[in-house]
Amino acid sequence: MQLIHCPWCGPREEVEFHYGGQAEITYPERPAELSDQDWAEYVFYRDNPKGPFAERWSHSAGCRRWFNALRDTHTYRFLGTAKPGEPLPNTQRNTEVRV
Amino acid sequence: MSRVHGYGRIDRGRMLTFTFDGRTYTGHPGDTLASALLANGVHLVGSSVNLGRPHGISAAWTEDATALVQIEKPFPEPMLQATTVELVDGLVAHGVNGQGRLADTADPARYDRKHTHTDTLVIGAGPAGLLAALAAARAGEDVVLVDDRPVAGGSLTGTEVIDGRPALGFVADVVAELARLGVRHLQRTTAFGQYDDGFVLALERRTDHLGADAPAHRSRQRVHRIRALKVVVATGAQERPIVFEDNDRPGVMLASAARDYLHRYGVLAGREVVVFTSDDAAYAAALDLAGAGARVTVLDVRDTLPREWAARAAEAGVPVHPSTTVTGTEGEERVRAVLAHGVDGSVRLPADLLLVSGGWNPVVHLFSHVRGALAYDPELGSFRPSGSLPGVIVIGAANGTLDLAGVLREGGGPDAPEAGPEPARTPTKVVWRTDGDPGRQFVDIQRDATVADIGRAVGAGLRSVEHVKRYTTIGTAHDQGKTSGVLASGITAELLGARIEDLGTTTFRPPYTPVAFAALAGRARGSLFDPERTTPLHDWHVEAGAVFEDVGQWKRARYYPEPGEDMDAAVLRECAAARSGVGILDGSTLGKIDVQGPDAAVFLDRLYTNMMSTLKVGRVRYGVMCGNDGMVLDDGTVLRIDENRYLVTTTTGGAATVLDWMEEWLQTEWPELRVHLTSVTEQWSVFPVVGPRSRDVVGEVFPELDVSADAFPFMSWRDTTLDGVPVRVARISFSGELAYEVNVNSWYAPALWERLLAAGERYGITPYGTETMHVLRAEKGYPIIGQDTDGTVTPQDLGMSWAVSKKKEDFVGKRSFSRPENHNPLRKQFVSLLPIDGRTKLPEGSQIVELCENGSLPEPPVPMLGHVTSSYLSAELGRPFALALVKNGRARIGDLVHVPVNGALVQAQIGDTVLIDPEGARRDG
Repeated sequence: MQLIHCPWCGPREEVEFHYGGQAEITYPERPAELSDQDWAEYVFYRDNPKGPFAERWSHSAGCRRWFNALRDTHTYRFLGTAKPGEPLPNTQRNTEVRV
Repeated sequence: MSRVHGYGRIDRGRMLTFTFDGRTYTGHPGDTLASALLANGVHLVGSSVNLGRPHGISAAWTEDATALVQIEKPFPEPMLQATTVELVDGLVAHGVNGQGRLADTADPARYDRKHTHTDTLVIGAGPAGLLAALAAARAGEDVVLVDDRPVAGGSLTGTEVIDGRPALGFVADVVAELARLGVRHLQRTTAFGQYDDGFVLALERRTDHLGADAPAHRSRQRVHRIRALKVVVATGAQERPIVFEDNDRPGVMLASAARDYLHRYGVLAGREVVVFTSDDAAYAAALDLAGAGARVTVLDVRDTLPREWAARAAEAGVPVHPSTTVTGTEGEERVRAVLAHGVDGSVRLPADLLLVSGGWNPVVHLFSHVRGALAYDPELGSFRPSGSLPGVIVIGAANGTLDLAGVLREGGGPDAPEAGPEPARTPTKVVWRTDGDPGRQFVDIQRDATVADIGRAVGAGLRSVEHVKRYTTIGTAHDQGKTSGVLASGITAELLGARIEDLGTTTFRPPYTPVAFAALAGRARGSLFDPERTTPLHDWHVEAGAVFEDVGQWKRARYYPEPGEDMDAAVLRECAAARSGVGILDGSTLGKIDVQGPDAAVFLDRLYTNMMSTLKVGRVRYGVMCGNDGMVLDDGTVLRIDENRYLVTTTTGGAATVLDWMEEWLQTEWPELRVHLTSVTEQWSVFPVVGPRSRDVVGEVFPELDVSADAFPFMSWRDTTLDGVPVRVARISFSGELAYEVNVNSWYAPALWERLLAAGERYGITPYGTETMHVLRAEKGYPIIGQDTDGTVTPQDLGMSWAVSKKKEDFVGKRSFSRPENHNPLRKQFVSLLPIDGRTKLPEGSQIVELCENGSLPEPPVPMLGHVTSSYLSAELGRPFALALVKNGRARIGDLVHVPVNGALVQAQIGDTVLIDPEGARRDG
């Protein structure tokens, strides 16, 4: 069981956290103006890289706050975490940012 | 008796009585069941699982593959290793023939867990581990030391010399210093799994060895959850056997085990001993047993004998034969003779004990659990750590270092004490098996798996040891291949003509030794398995004879049967009371979220499908929430408390989900909104008072409150007080009847409940449970999110377009409503279903089908039109009814369909969801 570094609480056990899917998927400015395809991309389509991946996590059994993490999907290791709006470590990512 | 005087660390002054296979024997404190059996001359323990071959005792600790026992007393426990069961007075056991037996009564023992954080965790209190713990503690680190044996010292037998004195005296001194330095030192504690970031699980056995003296308050076993910055793996090595024909016979034993039985337990496991070896270590066993009175012959595979050992053997009168291999054994329930082949041809040596040593396997399990890399070491004939892992170090025999001097250096560093002189080592000859019938050469003795089985696996085309393992089951028994794993790799490589270096070994996985589920569960059993949430009225419900149901973690009163009533009868009575007089429900489990802040209105507008910003203070609005995909997530009422404050209610089961959902949007998408969310579910208790006489009851209890329809209209709330206690009353109806939901601080809930019951007595006020609540709401076509919906249902599917704002530019889910699929005319829609026979309660979950024009079922696969989501008996309608999701249902109102029930087709008519009071005339009383 890994330790995950909550940007507010520090290292805590993995079981205290909830996975929240790919990070940096922002809610579209004007959903009404999107094509069905673009809207479907926002709602349903996510990257699935092997290697570093920017994700959202929530410290659900702790401070209940959300943060971003860079995690290697091959080794499961966390490469870094950051509060929302703050930069993640500048590691090369395989993820393609959408929207 | 095979007990030898002058040997062993057992307490000979005390006698223990035990029963094995129906016969009574004696032993001593400090014995294991295995050592006590051997002391009594018992070698036959049980029989093998598939072939029924006799099995004995083949090792002295957890690597034993044969001596499985069933404990009957003090408490039944199946499949334990006799070599690890500590003897206590009154123990009753028998050998396992095939499979063990679980107790048919609940285990009365307690189990618990403890969390520990430390700088350094040392696993193994042998010479390497003791010194590593000492060095860390002397350097000021916080240290935890765990070891699976009853006492520290690891494989030291007591014959060694450390620092110029007997090894066990040295061990005692280190243990004492560790205690002085505050090291948390746990014996009888097996580290059975290592996980990421220095996390180790260890099982401590706390009471079994104390027998009847065990304190009643002490937990039997404890799982230690240890998080360490540094983990030192000092788990030693296990002797590796050599495979030969009939090597599974009782009386065939690892050489080191016989030495252990002598030095730990004072037991001479045989009088006529043959030692078969390809390694030096067996000579120590041979000489020790000879010194204790056995007649010993050594057969060494190697052409070159270890010079010093051979000289010592000659001195002790122990004949040593080089270049000799064992090819088989004779005997039935115990070895009678050893068949061997040497330079002079084949010989038959009478023997009652055959000791085997093929070298050593480092115990790398805990390193491998965390994906530490292993590599084959041809000198060892085994796998050892080849790479490094952050925060994990492997030392001593676990690292492949077999000489005591080297082990002490790896544990103690430059200041390590000196080992006494040891004979120079002659290289181990790596031998996996000798010549013989592969069908009787057992690789995994516990699984009855032979060289022939590996041959079949290879013949079937398997090329990976992982596949061979699964095909042959080698390494899958309780010992998880401790003695058989490396042999299986070696023999597979031989049969394939491949190199074992390239083949590798199977993956080691936790647990290192078997762990009882009870220990893993700890105290999380029964009512402590998952939190049980009860309302402040729980005791009242129990007193009233309520039958409870679980709703999430909540215990909710389902119905209150009167004498002689079943659920149907009770619910019909409760429903009738609510529709014709007055009923009262404990609705306190309803999820409640206090939404506060200047942007509360904007926030709720974005999350609900309808408009919450236009709600006036003092008013209530029903709201629906959807996901981005436009599917209904939850529903509930929203009370506007103030300009900047709302009280949002959710379904009982959806409370946490909705709060998380709101927090997610607030924190990740709209951090600029000034809104705070607080769960107040448990702070407020809620009692809906429901029925035509509810106004009388509520008016009487709250004289300051004007309960008339004009002053207190539907979908509004009012604050009042009762004896100075604030009370909030809301005109919300989940039944279609005139109803008042009375909210109060949970501290006052029982008192207020009693006041409402007292006031309602003359109207026959009837407490009702969740079942009646469901019937009442279903009669009005109100869906339960999660029962009538399943995550594929939109507000439009539910017939709730009226709850979807057309004015708001956007809200979560809105864009999905215009996806083409949402306009598919064949979407399932929410309707009612009335069985035509007026009698059949359609089972929830039933599929709905349609007959062809000729009255027969269509050809399979029969198209499914939808399914029944809710189904009840209705007191008001005098018949059963159901709610359902049906393709294109609203356009099909009046159509006849069929529902398969117990093999027959029941005809039913599709109808509107509102079955009672469609005009809504009742809600104002």
